Amino acid sequence: MAIVTGGTTGIGAAAVRRLVAEGAKVFFTGSKEAEAAALTAETGAQFRKHRVQDAASWPALIEDVLATYGRLDVAFANAGTESGDANIEDVGIEGWDNVVAINQTGVMLTVQHAIAAMKRNPEGATGSIIINSSMNATRPLGNYVTYSVTKAAVCALAKSAAVHCGQMGYKIRVNAILPGVVETPLIQQIMASQPDPAAARAMFEGMAPMKRMAQLNEISGLVAYLASDEAGFVSGAEIAIDGATTAGMMGV
Amino acid sequence: MSDLGAKRLQGRVAFISGGLRGIGLACAERFLAEGAEVVLSDLDAEDSETATATLARLGQAASYICANVTSEDDWARAVQTVQERHSAAHILINNAGTDLTGPVETLTLESWRRIMAVNVDGVFLGTKHFVPLLAASGAGVQGGASIINVSSIMGIVGLSEVSAYNASKGAVRLFTKGIALEFAQKKMPIRANSLHPGFVLTPLLNAGFQRWVDAGAAEKVQDLIDGMAATTPIGRLADPSELASAAFFLAGSDSSYMTGAELIIDGGWTAQ
Repeated sequence: MAIVTGGTTGIGAAAVRRLVAEGAKVFFTGSKEAEAAALTAETGAQFRKHRVQDAASWPALIEDVLATYGRLDVAFANAGTESGDANIEDVGIEGWDNVVAINQTGVMLTVQHAIAAMKRNPEGATGSIIINSSMNATRPLGNYVTYSVTKAAVCALAKSAAVHCGQMGYKIRVNAILPGVVETPLIQQIMASQPDPAAARAMFEGMAPMKRMAQLNEISGLVAYLASDEAGFVSGAEIAIDGATTAGMMGV
Repeated sequence: MSDLGAKRLQGRVAFISGGLRGIGLACAERFLAEGAEVVLSDLDAEDSETATATLARLGQAASYICANVTSEDDWARAVQTVQERHSAAHILINNAGTDLTGPVETLTLESWRRIMAVNVDGVFLGTKHFVPLLAASGAGVQGGASIINVSSIMGIVGLSEVSAYNASKGAVRLFTKGIALEFAQKKMPIRANSLHPGFVLTPLLNAGFQRWVDAGAAEKVQDLIDGMAATTPIGRLADPSELASAAFFLAGSDSSYMTGAELIIDGGWTAQ
């Protein structure tokens, strides 16, 4: 039984598809209802319109998940945004607050409420929580200060929560994944809207030493690994999945 | 996604150094279960009881050669053997390692060099000699060929009286990033990632703990294991099979966009 936030498109939707293919029953949240309806029809996963940053709405969402599936084993804290973000000189307080609310507070609430739900599993506190950070946690972007800061913050959050769960004797693992540039519908849209889409594609592909973007199913493969018992000793880890982008310099 | 549940390493050939015990052996068992053909190396003689009994248990898809990872000649022979037996190599696990160490002021240059030879030279030589065969074979499999270098959490954080091991495992961590970039830049179909086990119930760990017991640091090995479990957030040590599942993930196509990355399997130890 899994919950995926921001599950209607992109990495979240890919994770919903993969977790369903692995045999999980999946609950996903987000704001895009048309995309959600299509994904529900395709996978049988359950959708709830929900804003991760809305603290007051979380208890009811968790009750809904537990009433529907009886337990929670996997939470993928995936919802994120860069809407309103800018560089350190230009970022406005509203843009900053919006990105912090979704990327940082939203992830905190997801982890907090996932732990609360996983503690109610009949055999005791068990589960796997996966946070979608970014390679920009370790290589911050100049023109997206808030995004970069929040993606670094949730790595610390993963570690703090992992250590806490261990100390409390919960069998709940918490890890962060740090994807590079992924060929999501959003990136495809950005490329298509450029005057020279081929040049835009070449630019995105050139960012990784592997000279390509990650495909959605490559990120969901890592999510599936961390979600499974295969990763039973993995907790508090940060895992880069970026085609060597953050491994170092390309050299000359 | 179509191959979920199937034997996901069918048709792939893996070479695993230090393959007769601990993490290396667990990787061999897992890879065989996933349909791979596996060639192991270790220091035991080919007609030794350990080698013959292990091979008998692992079955026809496994074979063994006696090879010392510090010897360039042995690596050349290992590659030749794999080439002759299988005509391909898709997965290389540079797993062989040693843990001799101690207080830095009494550490002999000989011990230091021994640790560097096994843990660093061994990874370098294995990589160097297997690259041509991996490059030739990698294009034929989804996700390409995969090199998995077994570092340690001691390649990420320091520990008292473990300085030489720390240095050697840190070297493996960055060596791996360097080769990952090199292969990517040259468009060679080889990924390279480092694996960082925490405390795993292996013969190497037991031997290390036994030496501490012999030195009077504890009454019995189990006390040290319990103490180590208490300092691990998950509250226990890892089973070698849990490292094998990580190696399996890095070996196969699910990790096709991961290269130059590090995978830490430590029950939260370095998150503290």
